[in-house]
Amino acid sequence: MTAVNPEVQLNHTPGHVKHDGHNMTGFVIFLCSESVIFLAFFAGYAVLKLTAPQWLPDGVDGLEVRMPLINSVVLVSSSFVAYGAEVCLHARKLWRFRAVWLLTMAMGSYFIYGQYVEWSELSFSLSSGVFGGLFYLLTGFHGLHVITGVLLMGLMLFRSFKPGNYDKGEMGVASVSLFWHFVDVIWILLFLLIYVWQ
Amino acid sequence: MTITNYDPRILKAPHPVPGAPDNWKRFFSFNTDAKVIGIQYIVTSLFFLLVGGLLAMIVRGELITPPADLVDPSVYNGLYTMHGTVMLFLFLFPILNGFNNLLIPTMIGAPDMAFPKLNAAAFWLVPVFATVLMGSFFAPGGPASSGWWSYPPMSLQNPLGHFINGQFLWILAVALSGISSIMGAVNFVTTIIRMRAPGMGFFKMPIFVWTAWAAQTIQLIGLPPLTGGAVMLLFDLSFGTSFFRPEGGGDPVLFQHFFWFYSHPAVYVLVLPVFGIFSELFPVYARKPLFGYKFVAIASFGITFLSMIVWAHHMFYTGTPNWMRHIFMFTTMLIAVPTGVKVFAWLGTLWQGNLRLNTPMLFCLGGLFNFIFAGITGVMLATVPIDIHVGNTAFVVAHFHYVIFNTIGFGVFAGIYHWFPKFTGRMYYEGLGKVHFVLTFIGATLNWLPLHWAGLLGMPRRVASYDPEFAIWNVLGSIGAFMLGVASIPFILNMVSSWARGPQAPPNPWRAIGLEWLLPSPPPAENFQDDIPTVISEPYGYGLGHPLVEDEEFYVRRSLEA
Repeated sequence: MTAVNPEVQLNHTPGHVKHDGHNMTGFVIFLCSESVIFLAFFAGYAVLKLTAPQWLPDGVDGLEVRMPLINSVVLVSSSFVAYGAEVCLHARKLWRFRAVWLLTMAMGSYFIYGQYVEWSELSFSLSSGVFGGLFYLLTGFHGLHVITGVLLMGLMLFRSFKPGNYDKGEMGVASVSLFWHFVDVIWILLFLLIYVWQ
Repeated sequence: MTITNYDPRILKAPHPVPGAPDNWKRFFSFNTDAKVIGIQYIVTSLFFLLVGGLLAMIVRGELITPPADLVDPSVYNGLYTMHGTVMLFLFLFPILNGFNNLLIPTMIGAPDMAFPKLNAAAFWLVPVFATVLMGSFFAPGGPASSGWWSYPPMSLQNPLGHFINGQFLWILAVALSGISSIMGAVNFVTTIIRMRAPGMGFFKMPIFVWTAWAAQTIQLIGLPPLTGGAVMLLFDLSFGTSFFRPEGGGDPVLFQHFFWFYSHPAVYVLVLPVFGIFSELFPVYARKPLFGYKFVAIASFGITFLSMIVWAHHMFYTGTPNWMRHIFMFTTMLIAVPTGVKVFAWLGTLWQGNLRLNTPMLFCLGGLFNFIFAGITGVMLATVPIDIHVGNTAFVVAHFHYVIFNTIGFGVFAGIYHWFPKFTGRMYYEGLGKVHFVLTFIGATLNWLPLHWAGLLGMPRRVASYDPEFAIWNVLGSIGAFMLGVASIPFILNMVSSWARGPQAPPNPWRAIGLEWLLPSPPPAENFQDDIPTVISEPYGYGLGHPLVEDEEFYVRRSLEA
């Protein structure tokens, strides 16, 4: 293989590979993986609910649904608002994007506040049997995702003030928006599992 | 047409040569070059092979006589727990991630990984969770002692009542290791999907890339449930919940489901890249194309799929209902099919080949031989009646060490010797390599073959003292284990001395076909840089005489001139 023909180099045309644009692929792969941890928690919840000798702790009849339902409506509709923000960004209306994006953040923050109020009014704790542990674990783990989503949206909002930053593409807005839809879908499943299936 | 030897591309190509003595400091920095990270992974994990090996030496020293005389039985529990954890989470997973880092970008012609910073962060988590895990030895009450699977209720015992105890640190380390592995897996899969060289369709990828992809897919699906289970275990241990505490209404068997849903596929995460290494090396050293390339490639994902639905075979004797046993016995045996496809493909490759028996090939052949044996005992263990009889005996220990060390360990050593010249730019010493192989093969066989008999006769695992009737098998096993300990001496000697002053390695010392062999040894930063070859044929075209890439001679020439 050491015999080299010097003419070869002249006919050689260099090949290229695209260097950027992997972020969305990587993020989708990450979200697929992240969804499995929720699936595992949901499966664990279902198994323990079906087999536990005592499900609800003493003195607890069930969960109040009205407040969480309002919360859910706010969170789920915020997904559509986030989509609206993306549309504004595509139309290059930066100020409108910022306003609608901020509204999404506000709705997410309201959800966290509502969750906090609900937690503080409950009569059971993390150590109140299997149900107590699972309730706080699942809602808490989801809540962490909501907080992460709001923080990421804040980062995107901050970035939008750098002049010309969104001229060459959305720089992560699509990923954060996807994350937000993910958090919402997980909440719908969680709501069905914890509040509807009592 | 003017003929000239001058080509500006050749002149600008060579970067400062990685691996040169003056820039060793980059191995201790937050470097984002996949080749530096690969070597960081491999060297770190070889260090932990010595740590885990030392623990194993004490365990075998204890077992050489029937009574518990070398260490206290409670210390012994901590030793085998930490031995298993170190070997899996600090030796095998990191070392295979090291191979992924070195080989995936070079084999597919990418300049680096898709997310270089994430890659470096994933590596630097290894020393972090290694410190946490090692800290377990110094925690009040000693290290985690409930076995590497940490079943509750044993793992939930905290008699001294300290918040930070051995088990707490163990769970924390496992969770951190999971985060690091997921970061790696996202990176590897994205790189494979998006960064292949022009012309490299999926069915032109080397098998190692296929197997790495299949293995990392398992990481992505399997690790989250383990992490979820670990978090719940941590809450049970430290924050008063009762997910797995039977006295609080929880279900300890649920943890076993979480644990094995990942930890059985984890074996395939480890063994699939080794299948990849076998598939790369047999064609090179037999000078024949890989037999049934497409079947071997697809079988990797067959294994990935099946590995997700076999986990409960670890729970045949822990109160699993009968219908579940039957399903899992069936799926477990089914996994022998794609695995068999691979074994026959390798045998078909070797058949009438022109074998070159150097160190990497010897390790490959030894690994294949051991793997066939391990596969047979694996099918035995999948059979419910046999498993209920020999479950939790030394037979199981012997079986999985035949997989974990005698197959995966051998494959890892084969890979190290085979690609050592490529990534260090130095040749290793063949004589020392062969001494290493002979000691390893005899030591490993002597270590674990006799334990099959001990297990079949009924010797339980995880005991510090045992009935004197099992003494003969354990004496043989311990002698083999000490031989394995001695085998690390020629290995370390070889690696250190040949990296420091071994003969300069040519770009393609094995006359192998593959993109990584078209690069100089060691490859420059960014591999092919702006000049990525266009792949035109399937890999492993040994003896077929057609080039792998367009303008192959240009790349060969450039690699020689660097």
